Amino acid sequence: MAEQRSLRAWGDPLFRGLTRTFAVGILLLLGTMFFMLWQESAASIDKFGWHFLTSASWNPVLEDYGALVAITGTLVSTAIALVVAVPISLGIALFLAEIAPKALRTPLGVAIELLAAIPSIVYGMWGLFVLAPLMSDYVQPLLSSTLGFLPFFSGPEMGIGMLTAGLVLALMIVPFIASVTRDVFLMVPTTLKESAYGLGCTTWEVVKDIMIPYGRKGIFGAVFLGLGRALGETMAITFVIGNAHRLSWSLFAPGNSIASTLANEFTEADSELYTSALIELGLLLFVITFVIIGLAQWWMRRMAAPGGH
Amino acid sequence: MVTPSLLAGRRARNRLVIGLSVMAAGLGLVMLVWILGDVALRGLSAINWDFFTKLPAPPGEEGGGLANAIVGTLILTAVAALVAIPFGVMAGTYLAEFGNSRLGTAVRFVSDLLVSAPSIVVGMFVYLILVAPTGNFSGWAGATALAIIMVPVVTRTTEEMLRLIPSEMREAALALGAPYWKMVASVLYRAAATGMMTGIMLAVARVSGETAPLLFTTLNSPYWMEGMNEPVANLTVTLFNYAMSPYDDWQTMAWGAAFLITASILIMTITSRLLLMKRTKS
Amino acid sequence: MTEPATRTPRLYAKPRLDAPTANEGTALVDDAKIQVRGLNFFYDEHQALTDNTLDIARGKVTAFIGPSGCGKSTHIRAYNRMYELYQGQRAEGEILLDGVNIVGPGVSALDLRHRIGMIFQKPTPFPMSVFDNVAYGLRLRSNLPRTELADRVEEALKGGALWEQVKDSLHQQGTALSGGQQQRLCIARAIAVEPEVILMDEPCSALDPIATGKIEELIEGFKGRFTIVIVTHNMQQAARVSDYTAFFYMGKLVEFGDTESIFTMPKEGQTEAYITGRFG
Repeated sequence: MAEQRSLRAWGDPLFRGLTRTFAVGILLLLGTMFFMLWQESAASIDKFGWHFLTSASWNPVLEDYGALVAITGTLVSTAIALVVAVPISLGIALFLAEIAPKALRTPLGVAIELLAAIPSIVYGMWGLFVLAPLMSDYVQPLLSSTLGFLPFFSGPEMGIGMLTAGLVLALMIVPFIASVTRDVFLMVPTTLKESAYGLGCTTWEVVKDIMIPYGRKGIFGAVFLGLGRALGETMAITFVIGNAHRLSWSLFAPGNSIASTLANEFTEADSELYTSALIELGLLLFVITFVIIGLAQWWMRRMAAPGGH
Repeated sequence: MVTPSLLAGRRARNRLVIGLSVMAAGLGLVMLVWILGDVALRGLSAINWDFFTKLPAPPGEEGGGLANAIVGTLILTAVAALVAIPFGVMAGTYLAEFGNSRLGTAVRFVSDLLVSAPSIVVGMFVYLILVAPTGNFSGWAGATALAIIMVPVVTRTTEEMLRLIPSEMREAALALGAPYWKMVASVLYRAAATGMMTGIMLAVARVSGETAPLLFTTLNSPYWMEGMNEPVANLTVTLFNYAMSPYDDWQTMAWGAAFLITASILIMTITSRLLLMKRTKS
Repeated sequence: MTEPATRTPRLYAKPRLDAPTANEGTALVDDAKIQVRGLNFFYDEHQALTDNTLDIARGKVTAFIGPSGCGKSTHIRAYNRMYELYQGQRAEGEILLDGVNIVGPGVSALDLRHRIGMIFQKPTPFPMSVFDNVAYGLRLRSNLPRTELADRVEEALKGGALWEQVKDSLHQQGTALSGGQQQRLCIARAIAVEPEVILMDEPCSALDPIATGKIEELIEGFKGRFTIVIVTHNMQQAARVSDYTAFFYMGKLVEFGDTESIFTMPKEGQTEAYITGRFG
């Protein structure tokens, strides 16, 4: 009986305390991650300082490391992915929400979600064995013969390289952005759309003037989440980026991203400084991702209501 | 009043956009069929009885299977889930029930950051805390990395699902004199069960296909697993190693592994969707 | 536990000395189960109730009427301290349950809620079987032997006029019942633990007229056994089921009296206007 009474008195504070402990655990987790990465990259930070960010050298023999190639590779492949993926995703979302016949919407929506569930390593593998040969045989010759006057579209037509990596990334984030955007479009109140149609708007005008402004917070969020995924994506890229520590204007040239450098070299690093430099790369990726996601969240929170400022 | 030329222009633009949208959707569908088709066609040719029952053959030798990797992936995923689910459910409960505080806002923000944390960096972190100090790669390390990836997902799903429950439900249980913890355990978790299970299944599906966090933690092994303190064979890292290898046999095996992983993840995804649809119907 | 309700409580118009003018009509009853004295209620800075003073007669049905947002729901949620769930909500003043003040930390909210049941606007069947729903409160209080538990559940379901419909399917989900049945299930769940008071917060507003009729019959049958406070939008309902009626407007108790007088000869202009449908 006494036991029961003490449980009644302590049960709720105990429960609250317990759940709180786990919640705090999440904060500690992030804190520890940041601290460990920081601590273990100390050797590299001490040696190279800010120069690490601007140096394109990556030489295990001379023990000279710089992050410029990897950072550039991460940013370029992500940029290619976004440029390709965002319009396609919006098109798919629009089709699923507004254009497709009712009977097709659910099965197609599920199909897109399935694409989003395929693990990234499968995309990478498919990219290496299926997409890369197509790129070298058809796409790259076509691009260099038409747009070859630009430095981006000239160079070795090997199939693997920055462009292919960006396309595989795009393939990976399209379903994600598309399905979130579709959900955003579906949340636009019917009455709002109907009143626009009632004024004689075309579908495109309703989309452009009503649906996109109304859902812009959600669409923005979807794109940024896709961006976050692309930045940190490892497996889809490692297969096809080419793993070369070289800067090149050509998108056909092999390169490296932060994640692919880590995947390829971390277990092989044989000196303390090498490991430390790789960890500093990891720290950079961590920080870049969090700054972008954090900014996106902050901005979305600022736009209080859908369609607000 | 309507200028005909203007109207024609608007119509044309509308048709163009619709056309582009249809093309985008068509492209999406084609890619789905293409990728899944390739994975299925090339993968199925690798899949036979041996694939599920035998150890990998050395390079150049015929036959062999990935039985050890299949078992390893199942065990790593299960251990990760056993750790991450209670952790995430408790943290999510805090956010939903007591989280209208500064701490709640902070935890919510950090979980959202962690959801997007690059998984390879999570692997690196676990390497630093578990592998480097002990000096050996282990199943525990891999499971920990997977768990870290799962926790924020489970946390946010739990919070969302608990928040969907109308406050009357809480009040009704409390009005009967239930203590808060009992109300949560006996009413809220039941009411949110389907949604939480769906979210958890999706999280499990996601980590079971993760490769990057295992690269520096569990590594891989050509043998049966000898315990969680040793490197554990697993499908995704095997796929990575085999696909990058120059041997045709191994590449075929890699397609087999890709098929198996993709098929199980798609089945889990579809099941959880059906679960959700069934609930929303009733 | 339940008092004989044969004694009709005498009404005596005795306004409290410090009562504001809006409380001119305040009437207290002489056999009060609950005595509310100077109840103020706040949502953060916003004051939702101002100096409510009234009695709830033992074993009778008291109806609270008034336009939306007038504070009638807020008022009854103070009786079982449901507001404590939410940050920034607080009550001041006294609510005496059998003479004991239940506002403030002296009385445990759990004990209080064991004695005061509540029915909500929307039915709130828990996601479990019909049987487990009704047994929920009983199991919270004690470890009854299986047979006794079953008896209590049966009794409660009979009390909620639901036994005949569900006796063969006690293990189906509570959510599978129709809306009216769900609400009767919630009533059965509330009465299973034999509370002294039952608070009903617009219990019929989500129900059709037939289901509403059944709930009203139940309330009628509960007279004498439970002290009931019902918040309602529906003035006919208040007139049909209640012994006393309180009219709230903008957080103030405008008029309180026996139902017949309130509906036939309201003293306050606002009450009359509301009852005759001129506002609200």
